[in-house]
Amino acid sequence: MAKFILNGESVQVDADPAMPILWVMREKLGLSGTKFGCGIAQCGACTVHLDGQPVRSCSTPVSAAEGSEITTIEGIAGPEGELTALQKAWISEQVPQCGYCQSGQLMSATALLRDNPTPSDEDIDAAMSGNVCRCGTYTRIRRAIKVASGQLEPSSEEA
Amino acid sequence: MNDMTHANKPSTLAKWSRRGVIGAGVLAGGGLLIGVAVRPGNPIGALAPKVAGGEGEQLINSWVKIGLDNVVTAIVPHCEMGQGAHSVLAQMLADELDADWSKVEVMQAPTDGSYVVTDTARMFVAPFTLHAADWIEPTWNGLFTQVAKLADALITGGSSSIRTTGQGQMRVAGAAARGMLVGAAADEWGVPASEIETRDSTLIHKASGKSATYAEFATAAAEQPMDQTPTLKDPSQYRLIGKSKARTDIPGKVNGTALFGIDAAPEGVALSYAATVRSPVPGTRVASMDASRAKDMKGVLQILNMGDFVAVVADSYWQAQQALNKVNVTWTEGASAIRTTQDQFDVYAKALDDAGETGGDMAASKGDAPAALASAATVIEAEYKAPYLAHAPMEPINCTASVKDGKCDVWTSTQVPLRVRTELNAALGIDKSNITVHHPYLGGSFGRRLEAVYAVMTARIAQATGYPVKSIWSREEDTQKALYRPAELSRFKAGLDESGALVVYDNVFTQRDDPKEASVPGIYAIPNTSVRVAEAERYLPFAAWRSVDHSQHGWFIESFIDEAAHAAGKDPYEFRLAMLKDAPRHTAVLKKVAEISNWSAPSPEGTAKGIAIVESFGSIVAQVHEVDMSSGKPKMLNAWAVCDAGFVVNPDGFKNQIEGGIVFGLTAAMYGELDLVDGAIKQSNFHDYKMLRMDETPAITVEIINSGTVPIGGAGEPGLPPAAPALTNAIFAATGKRLRELPIAKQFA
Repeated sequence: MAKFILNGESVQVDADPAMPILWVMREKLGLSGTKFGCGIAQCGACTVHLDGQPVRSCSTPVSAAEGSEITTIEGIAGPEGELTALQKAWISEQVPQCGYCQSGQLMSATALLRDNPTPSDEDIDAAMSGNVCRCGTYTRIRRAIKVASGQLEPSSEEA
Repeated sequence: MNDMTHANKPSTLAKWSRRGVIGAGVLAGGGLLIGVAVRPGNPIGALAPKVAGGEGEQLINSWVKIGLDNVVTAIVPHCEMGQGAHSVLAQMLADELDADWSKVEVMQAPTDGSYVVTDTARMFVAPFTLHAADWIEPTWNGLFTQVAKLADALITGGSSSIRTTGQGQMRVAGAAARGMLVGAAADEWGVPASEIETRDSTLIHKASGKSATYAEFATAAAEQPMDQTPTLKDPSQYRLIGKSKARTDIPGKVNGTALFGIDAAPEGVALSYAATVRSPVPGTRVASMDASRAKDMKGVLQILNMGDFVAVVADSYWQAQQALNKVNVTWTEGASAIRTTQDQFDVYAKALDDAGETGGDMAASKGDAPAALASAATVIEAEYKAPYLAHAPMEPINCTASVKDGKCDVWTSTQVPLRVRTELNAALGIDKSNITVHHPYLGGSFGRRLEAVYAVMTARIAQATGYPVKSIWSREEDTQKALYRPAELSRFKAGLDESGALVVYDNVFTQRDDPKEASVPGIYAIPNTSVRVAEAERYLPFAAWRSVDHSQHGWFIESFIDEAAHAAGKDPYEFRLAMLKDAPRHTAVLKKVAEISNWSAPSPEGTAKGIAIVESFGSIVAQVHEVDMSSGKPKMLNAWAVCDAGFVVNPDGFKNQIEGGIVFGLTAAMYGELDLVDGAIKQSNFHDYKMLRMDETPAITVEIINSGTVPIGGAGEPGLPPAAPALTNAIFAATGKRLRELPIAKQFA
């Protein structure tokens, strides 16, 4: 029985200790926002926070989360679903295309801004280059991080 | 929406001419439904030949409904794979309808014929009366029988959704619905229809001070005569078209709630999970299977030798994959003599050798190329190679299937839901009317999900085991067992006259798929042209890959034109401009990209710019890329793109697609390569089949020229073809090294 705090709530789940957090979230707990991309920690689609640190959940066994806090994409908004500044910027900059990688992108960006409220381009490169976006939304992700961190004005819809 | 018990009014349906284009009905519980059909001869581009099956045949493609809650729902036949079609198609509809954009919703059209008839029809149209049946028999059933027959016609691809469905159907449906609403209000109010204005889903008659929501007249509107060819808005009247309206699918994609195929969780169904492995050598089968090390592993339910693949079914996908890794499978021998990448290119080279100076099938011919080559002042030659490529969409291949009591339900990410159903019917022997294909969002596709094999495999597992099963391909399976962008070999000759003008262009290459014009440098005025194809055995199975043949030929042509420019001692921009003198749109696009990239300004030491222009899928795109070679390896600094698609419906969405096309093109140019070793693909995952990442991606600037040309062009693919040549041309300008094969990175390792 694995025990951890998931998005602020205590959870107990019957899972093989070696089972990656990704599959515990998706198949045992029904949280499908965390995505499977590569299975070998190369693409970042499965990024969650483990005690605040971004980790690749496809390659992190649930045993590593014992007694720890896991935050997934479902857990970053406010209690009433209020979007974070990053989520709002993801909308104002119309970042997603297919959207499949964006949970992982947002989890990486969330950790970045928490530690570094006004990241430079180099900081963004360093924090975000572990996340692949096959649709090629990188320039918008960069812009959205700068909008969320107050370094750029949001884009307007009628542009 | 599908609450039928509240239907309290007999169906009254407008007479729908068998050859008519559009039709209307009353929603269950009241409200208006408009459908747009495509009939033979309707010029809708790529779909037309497949649709025009016979006299009177029609295909329902688009639906609009206006509910009593004043919500307008666009029922969109195309899948949403990141290209924004759902939202932009709704935008086109809503503009013609003068709908309140904040109350417009998008629904994925059900694509299963029987589902449409039994569920969609009953969902939307009040209980059938004799009157309704009279309408349904000759038309409705006939229409959807056609949907079933035209299994390959419902497809999302070819950068076509906005150009065809949007222009030809969504707008028509919106305009027709508006006309009927106005008609109903005019009758009720006793005023001329021409005096009624519409705005934000409201009807207004200023003189009398009367106004009403669309919902108030939606039911009555269904009894109005329908204008089969409603007048569409003039661009000066657009309120939504041409505006960067925010996409409706994006909010769900920032909080984890958007559902993709892999997220399928059918209510009340306890799923098992399957991992599968197919032969590494295309077309071979299981020779032997030893599951002794896997069968007792935790969670394992069944291990199946399916002949063409092996499957492990378990309590979780992870357990299934772990166990599959322990199953020892041997495969039959492949039939092809091609075993390595070198073998493939040797086969191609022989085909080109055999074609010689004039052989092969002529793809384009003008003037007398052999004679012009013989008399040219300067002749240059080059051979270009393009590798095999995988699509590698971020969402791995997957399908969820339930096969029970003679019925089959599948949930899967697909560009071709009707093809999936057709192949399920063939594989399972279950009647199409008992097969339902649910298709949520696609986590990228780029041509990958134009095949149905993974849905068929999953349904076969479900049928064999009795378990409702979700099957997921590992990234390795998708990289190594898919369909592929073909590798290709292409040889060029060009002749310049004394002034340095390109007077002859000769090309012979090995692969021709689609679009047929992709290999032809048709935008340029060149007096003598010979473009030939010498088809050769292609080892890996073909897939359309974003921009299809333009992905290789755009790079070939624009690289070789650049070589010709340098051989002529001319600026590559000026050289192209001179050959575009009779092409005003191309000239404008090229001039604009030179302007915004500051082309003529000298580049700092170690950096340089390259230029390319390609017309594809109806859009003209020119790009300038700037690269820094000072470290000895390419560092991409900037990409500027200028696009003329005639008219852009959603500028921000269009730019997003062009940006994506550029990154996709640069990824392939920098890293894309699949090697054959012993008949199998060597690369397996993102560590050796690399993707461009944030820190490598150049700054991208996209500008749009709305030339007003019709028909309008596409967005999803045209950004890609100029990216690779603009980059390699920039590398040449910086280093003098002409790259004639890809990928780039390994040549500067």
